[in-house]
Amino acid sequence: MSIAPSQVGAALKPTDFASDQEVKWCPGCGDYSVLAQTKRILSKLGYDKSNTVFVSGIGCSSRFPYYMATYGFHSIHGRAPTVATGLKLARPDLNVFIVTGDGDALSIGGNHFIHLMRRNIDLKIILFNNRIYGLTKGQYSPTSEHGKKTKSSPMGTVEPPIRPISVALGAEASFAARALDADVKHLEYVLERACKHVGTAFVEVYQNCVIFNDGAYAYAADKGTRADSVVYLEHGKPLVFGKNLDKGIRLNGGGEHQGREDRRSAAPRRAGRRAGVFAEPLASPGVSRTGRHLPRRGRAEIFAAGARADCASRGDAGGGRSSEAPDRAGHVGGRLTRTSACL
Amino acid sequence: MDSTKSPPAVERSSRKPLVNLASVTIRFAGDSGDGMQLAGTQFADAAALAGNDVSTLPDYPAEIRAPAGTIAGVSGFQIQFSSEDIFTPGDDVDTLVAMNPAALKTNLKFVKKGGIIIANADSFDATELKKAGYEKNPLEDGSLGGYRLIRVPINTLNAEAVKESGLSSKQVDRCKNFFALGVVCWLYDRPLEPPLDYIQAKFARKLPAVALANSMTLKAGYNYGETTEIFNEQYSVGRAKLPRGTYRKITGNEAVALGMVTAARLADKHLFYASYPITPASDILHTLAELKNHRVVTFQAEDEICAMGAAVGAAYGGAFASTGTSGPGMALKTEAIGLAVMTELPVVIVNVQRGGPSTGLPTKTEQADLFQAVLGRNGECPVAVIAATSPADCYDAAIEAFRIAVRYMTPVILLTDGYVGNSAEPWLIPDVSKMEKISVEHPTQPNDPKGFMPYKRNAEGARPWAIPGTPGLEHRVGGLEKADVTGAVSHDPNNHQKMVELRAAKVAGIKPAGKPWVMTGPESGDVLLVGWGGTYGAIKAATLELQKRGRKVSACQLRYLNPMPAGLEKLLKSFEQVIVPELNLGQLRFVLQANYLMRLKGINKIKGQPFTVQEIIAGVESDL
Repeated sequence: MSIAPSQVGAALKPTDFASDQEVKWCPGCGDYSVLAQTKRILSKLGYDKSNTVFVSGIGCSSRFPYYMATYGFHSIHGRAPTVATGLKLARPDLNVFIVTGDGDALSIGGNHFIHLMRRNIDLKIILFNNRIYGLTKGQYSPTSEHGKKTKSSPMGTVEPPIRPISVALGAEASFAARALDADVKHLEYVLERACKHVGTAFVEVYQNCVIFNDGAYAYAADKGTRADSVVYLEHGKPLVFGKNLDKGIRLNGGGEHQGREDRRSAAPRRAGRRAGVFAEPLASPGVSRTGRHLPRRGRAEIFAAGARADCASRGDAGGGRSSEAPDRAGHVGGRLTRTSACL
Repeated sequence: MDSTKSPPAVERSSRKPLVNLASVTIRFAGDSGDGMQLAGTQFADAAALAGNDVSTLPDYPAEIRAPAGTIAGVSGFQIQFSSEDIFTPGDDVDTLVAMNPAALKTNLKFVKKGGIIIANADSFDATELKKAGYEKNPLEDGSLGGYRLIRVPINTLNAEAVKESGLSSKQVDRCKNFFALGVVCWLYDRPLEPPLDYIQAKFARKLPAVALANSMTLKAGYNYGETTEIFNEQYSVGRAKLPRGTYRKITGNEAVALGMVTAARLADKHLFYASYPITPASDILHTLAELKNHRVVTFQAEDEICAMGAAVGAAYGGAFASTGTSGPGMALKTEAIGLAVMTELPVVIVNVQRGGPSTGLPTKTEQADLFQAVLGRNGECPVAVIAATSPADCYDAAIEAFRIAVRYMTPVILLTDGYVGNSAEPWLIPDVSKMEKISVEHPTQPNDPKGFMPYKRNAEGARPWAIPGTPGLEHRVGGLEKADVTGAVSHDPNNHQKMVELRAAKVAGIKPAGKPWVMTGPESGDVLLVGWGGTYGAIKAATLELQKRGRKVSACQLRYLNPMPAGLEKLLKSFEQVIVPELNLGQLRFVLQANYLMRLKGINKIKGQPFTVQEIIAGVESDL
């Protein structure tokens, strides 16, 4: 994105981006973290308040613009992409951010979300996914787990959750990434990568709603269990995780994935296992989408930051900016990205 | 008639007698795909270029292509052309061209007694007659004895005329509309040059065989009229006395588009138009999409809601923003229009009304969205409403809509309808350099010692249009209620009452940016016909006719519907009786009655067709 240099002599400090409004999210809400990292990144990258606009929909997430001292537009439920699109088309000189939530973007706003991805206008969208409807006090959302009991689903939900990144990739997003509110360094880094991407950058943030869905991501947020339940996708690096990086992701053998697994294992053999990518059970435990029986290995959520490097239609060379050295949470290689869409 | 181009081949002395008529109404009707819209449009062009006043009415089905030869597939195009000022595409048809039995069946009722029917005899065979529901051939059974029936074997003659062209039989068949056009051009002594020029422009480069064929069949049709005995006389309609100037033929949708471009130009702004295709409004998008070099950005959104949201976003950014749709699309835009009201941003929203409710009659005209425009949002949510009265008036109305939107920082709904949107009339091209500019000020400095106050209003109640990119004026807007002056989110009870009243007062105080209504006749009398929108022509013509019959009837066509213009109550109360003709069940009547505590009468037609002059006259006389 064309980041306009600060019009004031010195770059702004993170505190300069805070508006005069009292932040009213619940104590302990994950939104505070995103707000803080966003201010840090805007400061670090030299953004100016005067030509930056935050557009939001409806939800706790969408109170965000009021807390930023930039221009802001708190619009209507699900429709932030529409307002942001019109704004950016009329004023390409502005830096436009969309802040949304799992309900706002994927329920009522699903249609606009899809077209925002394919249109690939140069703006950034941050989706706070807390797997619940917080503002309306606790109904299930499109990303709530199957069987979730809430006020509007006392006998448990009947639908499986939708995966924001899968939707984004299905809609030909040029940049899709995921971060965790509790992992602030990584979140900050992901936001930075998003800002630097030219095109629509979609960032899903796993965010904890302390009142209505506390602990949804405890397995990842809790430092004790994080190492064993989080994989950071890094360009050119093997898919390994664990405190000693001695655990791998293996694509369950057999069938159509067999051939791909061979090409994919760039990792040296560890403990006699080959690295690959696990096809996670989707329908119910133990049964894969293709009907094959899969052993339960526990979940490995893929955390990634980076641009799709295989978008030939966008004119990107495979591998994107290959001149960059692979670093922590760098680009995701094209093959991995395609596979991660299945997870 | 004064022919401005080269005369036809035959000399005057050997021509048939020429009868002068003041006005003529003709209708081309055939199967979808027979080229009736094109033939009709070409004839209207020829008439307009010969100096007639012209009014047109396309009448086509909703299906893309109904089964060939059926009633559902009949497509028609009606033109009235005149040496006088005319206001409607004509009530009764003087000449009907019927390309097939279904077209005759559907359109016979529009033909006046003794009118001319030119029937494509080749098409009246057993199969086609059956599709149209005829048990016997009406061309043979004497049922058309009350008309002047002219049987022309159009298919055969057309094929004969183009046989040298080398076209396939399917292509040959597609030329027959030009044969029919040629016949009618001869019958009414209109020049062939405009359709010939059109054929050259459209086909000569890429499809020379088609160009040749169409030209040949056009001339063949013309010569057929001239040479054969089927017609005893020719008719002519003289030049109309229109004010001097350069004219072009324009439809309402084209006029809306050009009006919006002009408005943006008058403010030295870009026009941002977001839309989702919907009949009968899509042509506005099509027209604007080709005007990129006139500082126009068009955006085809994924749905109507996105189109409205994008217009709001663009307005927030400082563009002249607009969107256009029809009834169902307006329903979808409702919430976002409320957002524009709450954030007090200028957006022009065009509704080309069509038959409703729900999907309704997509290709038929109606004016039943007035309630929706004036009242249809949650909360106290006032929006200014303007309605154009004719195709050419759409141009002025669009500019006025932007003047008001920007002056008062409010969304404005511009109502037109399918008839006005698709109908054509001559339009005197204005001199834009002589038009009053639209002044727009984006503040660059805080407007208060305490800093920038986004909701500090001017004397007319408008807030400042501070746009992103301006240092020092950073602020947030949104759909939540906000505190007076500061614009911070506020749930305070007294503040809410105050803000609701401020927004209401702002809209109530809007002064028209053009004529509040168009008057026909004196401002007092026995009967006042009050209408709005595209019924203008029919109401005016009816009023003039009633005046000729000695009645003290006047007409007032409202252009400003919300707020109601000043002076209207006085005008209404200067007549013994007020009658409201409208193409709905009485929406304007309801609004007038509520505003002015009067009991009014209505003439209500909801058939997907415009009023005929006769219907309005009958409605008035039944009361007198």
